[in-house]
Amino acid sequence: MTNRTCWRAGFLLGMVGLMAGFRPTTRFPLTPSAQTRSLDTIPTPVRFGFGRPATTAELTRLDIDVRPDGKGLPAGAGMAVRGKTIFATKCAVCHGVGGTGGPGGALVTTTTATTAVVGKRPDKTIGNYWPYVTTVFDYVRRAMPFNEPGSLTDEEVYHLTAYLLHANGIIDEKAVITAQTLPKVVMPAQKLFIPDDRRGGPEIR
Amino acid sequence: MKKVNRRTWLSGAATAAVAIAQTATGKAVQVGVPIEQFWADDPTKQPGGAPPGIPPGQVGTRSPFEKLVKSPSDISSRTPLQDLHGILTPSDLHFERHHNGVPAIDPAKHELLIHGMVDKPLVFTLADLKRFPSVSRIAFLECSGNFRTGKETLSPQDICGLTSQSEWTGVSLATLFREVGIKPGARWFLAEGGDAALMTRSIPVQKGWDDAIVAYAQNGEALRPEQGYPVRLFLPGWEGNTSVKWLRRLELGDAPWQTREETSKYTEAVGEGKIRQFSFDIDARSIITFPAYPAPVQRGWIEIRGLAWSGRGTVERVEVSTDAGKSWQVATLQQPVLDKAHTRFRLLWHWNGDETEIMSRAIDSTGYVQPTYRQLLDARGGNSGYHMNPITAWQIKRDGRVLHRPETR
Repeated sequence: MTNRTCWRAGFLLGMVGLMAGFRPTTRFPLTPSAQTRSLDTIPTPVRFGFGRPATTAELTRLDIDVRPDGKGLPAGAGMAVRGKTIFATKCAVCHGVGGTGGPGGALVTTTTATTAVVGKRPDKTIGNYWPYVTTVFDYVRRAMPFNEPGSLTDEEVYHLTAYLLHANGIIDEKAVITAQTLPKVVMPAQKLFIPDDRRGGPEIR
Repeated sequence: MKKVNRRTWLSGAATAAVAIAQTATGKAVQVGVPIEQFWADDPTKQPGGAPPGIPPGQVGTRSPFEKLVKSPSDISSRTPLQDLHGILTPSDLHFERHHNGVPAIDPAKHELLIHGMVDKPLVFTLADLKRFPSVSRIAFLECSGNFRTGKETLSPQDICGLTSQSEWTGVSLATLFREVGIKPGARWFLAEGGDAALMTRSIPVQKGWDDAIVAYAQNGEALRPEQGYPVRLFLPGWEGNTSVKWLRRLELGDAPWQTREETSKYTEAVGEGKIRQFSFDIDARSIITFPAYPAPVQRGWIEIRGLAWSGRGTVERVEVSTDAGKSWQVATLQQPVLDKAHTRFRLLWHWNGDETEIMSRAIDSTGYVQPTYRQLLDARGGNSGYHMNPITAWQIKRDGRVLHRPETR
């Protein structure tokens, strides 16, 4: 057989296969070029039709994350003075009075407490280490308090976020934070962060 | 000859055999040996002689003579690397790290939601996931905080027991990506766990297409609860925290979410006040697991054994020094040498009894040579914490004691 006949035969066989075996059905809407790919010689579907569509209710219930641009922040407003009371009741046992340190670690940067201990690294706090403010809201809402995660209302989370930002000297005591104002807060540590700059290969970095 | 007491001598009942014994006065006589005593000495004379408390049949049980244990803390537990052979970690000895406990999840009620920048947001049950074409691969998993030093009495388990290896089975994330249809602008995805910490990490979409696995099995059986039962993400070669356990949600988006774990944790100081973020790859590392603290050695022939691995490819070579780093010899690698996998190395050594230090360094397929602690600190100019992979040395003392050599600046 010449190369050309060979090619023709293969082409015809391929077409027959596609028409006979993989005719579009309602279950698998396949067209040969765009929606199948080949592993070895067996064409496999791009989509198997497993799983079920997510409902709006499910998406609302589960989609709780908040991004730095504010996407995901719920309605509500928070003030430091209100957050201070909540913090004393629900958070101070792990993070210390005023968030300055406890078994759960310090959240508030202080000028004296940590540097007083010679040789001790300063605690990584929201004020000196966290690059994005929305992370505070997101993490407190999803995981705190440690012994009762997910028990805080959105309003309480706003108050706590306002309190922690004020305690770290980032916002004014009277500032009201909302879904609109929170993403505008620039954190002191943001300028310190760089993406992974290791490039692989022999370099030690 | 065995000495028998008077009570045994007088007792005629329940004898299993007859033996020559010596009486209290030194006279050799034939005596009946009680059944318990007989079996206790010779297991070949006890049919089906499983030790007490070990039921046969249903579940295989480790010999009670083997004292393999993870060393636990409130938040993690470490694999006893110095007690293991080969490259696979028994599932119950796989290290664990969790951020608010190990959840109890009913697999019949657990679902995985994939949504965000996709054509069709879909929910998959565990049964759905198992219907897809499956993949399996052997690869290590290591916590990026896997480094301890500071005193001589540290074992491999103490120093770097937060690395383990399994055969992971599940569905390719790429398969699920195709099922939901990833929109062109999607660059990152958020992986969220179903634990009390609702663990979240942002992962570049490309890793999902490359080799990510949504895993439901480990070493041939369902995942252990500590490993994310019933389903976890597994990202070969990447820092362990990104392989989110108890996986319940994947959201596709155009930017990272900057979660707590990828900002305030799992980031490292790299000098000049800078903090490195999204450092996913695990750099090449090795450790000698024998000789190692706490087991002493005797002079003469010693097979030096250890593990080497790289998150960037295969282990190309392992070099071992038995003279405190003055000279290096190439160790033998046990086959198979797999991509992003623990690799066993060996080197036969004749110890003449002099005090020395032994150490190993891994070279991976990218040409990276495992650095010293000093090299790492010089490169990063800070006290990093995460992604520490220095050469580890063992001091061999004249009396055969093996001690960790603490790393100092």
